[in-house]
Amino acid sequence: MDKKAWKQRMDTISRKYGIFVVFIVLIILGTATTGSFLTAKNITNVLRQIAVTGVLALAEMLLIISGNIDLSLGSVIALSGMFSVSAYLATGSLLVAFVVAIVISIFICSISGIFVAKIKLPSFIATMAMDYIARGLCYLYTGGQATYEIGDYGKISTTYVAGIPLPIFFFLGCAVICWIILNRLPLGRNIYAIGGNSDAAKASGINVNMTTIKTFAMAGLLTGIATVLQIARVNSAIPNTAENYHGDAIAAAVIGGTSFTGGIGTVTGCLVGACIMGFLGNWLNLIGLGSYFQMVTKGCIILMALSIDMLGKNKRIKKK
Amino acid sequence: MSSEYKIRFESISMEFPGVLALDQVSFGIRQGSVHVMMGENGAGKSTLMKILNGTHVPTSGKFYIDEREMKFQTTLNAEKQGVSMIYQELNYIPDMSVERYLMLCREPKKGPFIDWKGVHKEAKKILEEENLNYDPKITLRNLSVSDIQLLEITREIKRNQVEILIMDEPTSALTNAEVERLFRDIKALKERGITIIYISHKMDEIFRIADDITVMRDGKHIHTGPASEFTQDSLVKMMVGREITNVYPKEKIPLGETLLEVEGLNSEFSKLSDINFKVHAGEIVGLGGLMGAGRTETVRAICGLDPYESGKIRIQGKEVRIKSVTEAIKHGIVMASEDRRRYGLILCRDIRENISLSSLKRITKKGFLQIGRERKLTREYFDELKIKAPGMGTATLTLSGGNQQKVVLGKCLMTQAKVLILDEPTRGIDVGAKYEIYKLITELAKQGIGIIFISSELPEFIGMCDTAYVMYKGKIIDQISRDKMTQENIVMLAAGGKIDG
Repeated sequence: MDKKAWKQRMDTISRKYGIFVVFIVLIILGTATTGSFLTAKNITNVLRQIAVTGVLALAEMLLIISGNIDLSLGSVIALSGMFSVSAYLATGSLLVAFVVAIVISIFICSISGIFVAKIKLPSFIATMAMDYIARGLCYLYTGGQATYEIGDYGKISTTYVAGIPLPIFFFLGCAVICWIILNRLPLGRNIYAIGGNSDAAKASGINVNMTTIKTFAMAGLLTGIATVLQIARVNSAIPNTAENYHGDAIAAAVIGGTSFTGGIGTVTGCLVGACIMGFLGNWLNLIGLGSYFQMVTKGCIILMALSIDMLGKNKRIKKK
Repeated sequence: MSSEYKIRFESISMEFPGVLALDQVSFGIRQGSVHVMMGENGAGKSTLMKILNGTHVPTSGKFYIDEREMKFQTTLNAEKQGVSMIYQELNYIPDMSVERYLMLCREPKKGPFIDWKGVHKEAKKILEEENLNYDPKITLRNLSVSDIQLLEITREIKRNQVEILIMDEPTSALTNAEVERLFRDIKALKERGITIIYISHKMDEIFRIADDITVMRDGKHIHTGPASEFTQDSLVKMMVGREITNVYPKEKIPLGETLLEVEGLNSEFSKLSDINFKVHAGEIVGLGGLMGAGRTETVRAICGLDPYESGKIRIQGKEVRIKSVTEAIKHGIVMASEDRRRYGLILCRDIRENISLSSLKRITKKGFLQIGRERKLTREYFDELKIKAPGMGTATLTLSGGNQQKVVLGKCLMTQAKVLILDEPTRGIDVGAKYEIYKLITELAKQGIGIIFISSELPEFIGMCDTAYVMYKGKIIDQISRDKMTQENIVMLAAGGKIDG
């Protein structure tokens, strides 16, 4: 019994903190093999990249916890980004640009959410369709033309506060909001519940449909913020921007311990997951392994993270 | 001497973790007879049949078919010996067509390919022989449950190599006319020399078709004999004749006001008609009957999980229309489901979150969860229910059945419900935890909560209930007060019989 309890404890510890160890090992490896890895310039640079996928990872995390997923977020960024830039160029107000990006993102994600909740489409399929729609609309709206003159929009990305790039504050702000939702709002409990066991959630008096739609809307809000960060970072509105960003975001969430079977996931894990993805890509770049090799590595890591999650689960099920 | 037996069981025992499902069972089944197996839920009939068809391998003991010892490892082994089983719960693929379903796994072939024309022809022939007027091309989705049940039976009996056919409550989904047809089929099979083992709870059916009857109880073989030896009464006595060893912590509690009143409840969805009953404060009301008689369906409708078309539900005299679980909880009705892993718990989350799940309003202030208050409140239930766990942060997945059930009860109690519905609250939990749950039920009744209690275990049902409504085929057929509540009476009513007075 004691041995079993000890083993269980080690299990939880490795599940909880294993990812931090991975992150630290990565940092040590990076510092040891390259001279430029642990420099302020490199780190701020990576953090700026992480901000976009990190915010998206938070969105995917909420959805995966609730038992869903969204494969359209990259295209949602592109579409809402084009409108946001147009709005900015028309009014000159960053606030308007912000609001436009967020409203459009929430709108599109909520539609996916409604299809998933009301018509019971698997979110995988519904959002895949939405990916085509959003990307197609984006090309239709722009005629495939990029806008490179977007004035001061890019300042959002290049401004520093206390020596730290502004996007990082947005990222951390989003993380705090997600933490509050998951840990301090009834909505968070409902999200965990419907992802963990939707039958039991329904039988416990939780409105599963409404919770699903709200989760998608929340993911939309986060995507809107990611949109602004992305447009500012590349300092132009390109219709094929942010392609497959949801892939990186899902990877970050899953590496951070979000369980694909739903009901499990934390903001801290997601933050670390995003950092691992960002710094790993950066390190591979620095040691001269190009983007093709990075794709292979990313894929392998996603497979590994998912397998660890599943193996843990199978073990626990077998015990019962 | 034993050559007349088609099947012979010799000291079969079957142990599942913590449960002795079969205890030294020995008896024989005669060649070409219709052999009825009787016993309460959990008596071990189904387990024994699953040994015969290769699903389970017995812990000890032997069994023989045609006096040859059989050692089945899988159902395929059993099928090769001509053993076939029709399950009580239907397993089918809704989008499969009738002809493909009928010919599944024995399709005529042309070389390595399935001869679909042959399948069609063969299936059509079978349907005509059986007077079943289905289009062989339509999918099972379009058929009723009883149609599919009938098709499954047809499919099994048309298999040529069948020598032993096990039917587990085959009539539970059939209408009267269909039952007649099934009985004709059974007779025809008997003439072909096939041995039929028939599990049923329905008295009238049993005496119509049985050659021999075997009664089992608590995993033990009680008696086997020709049907003419038995009467309804003697059967019932044998089935329930155990000593009541558990003492139930039942207390006499004066009844309070009427908390819940159900009047003329009808539901097409759950096949319920004209359900009427009342629950008073401090009263433990039993809903009795066999599985599938409508007990669970009734309480699911009342607590907002399933829809109902007509009928009135009054709570403390006020009429309410319950459309969702949220509304039921708001009105003070809450249910602990029979299937706690599916409907009770979020297994991957911890005890604290599970207990507070239905009562988040109680711990929310200005839209935010008050975690401190949540900890305090859930801790009270955790302590009161004596949940055994390392702490409140333990995932409910890792708890034992009894402790999982306590978490579910904690969740129900935290809603401060007036009416608590307990559907098989002691299923699958150990004796000690059962007793604690009985004590808790009594305690709650003392606090003035009205309790609806569903249980298939008659001793605890009788031990705990103040009054019982017995259901049969979606109807309440009688109400029995505590002084008339005997196992015999309840079994008789549940099987569709009548009791005196």
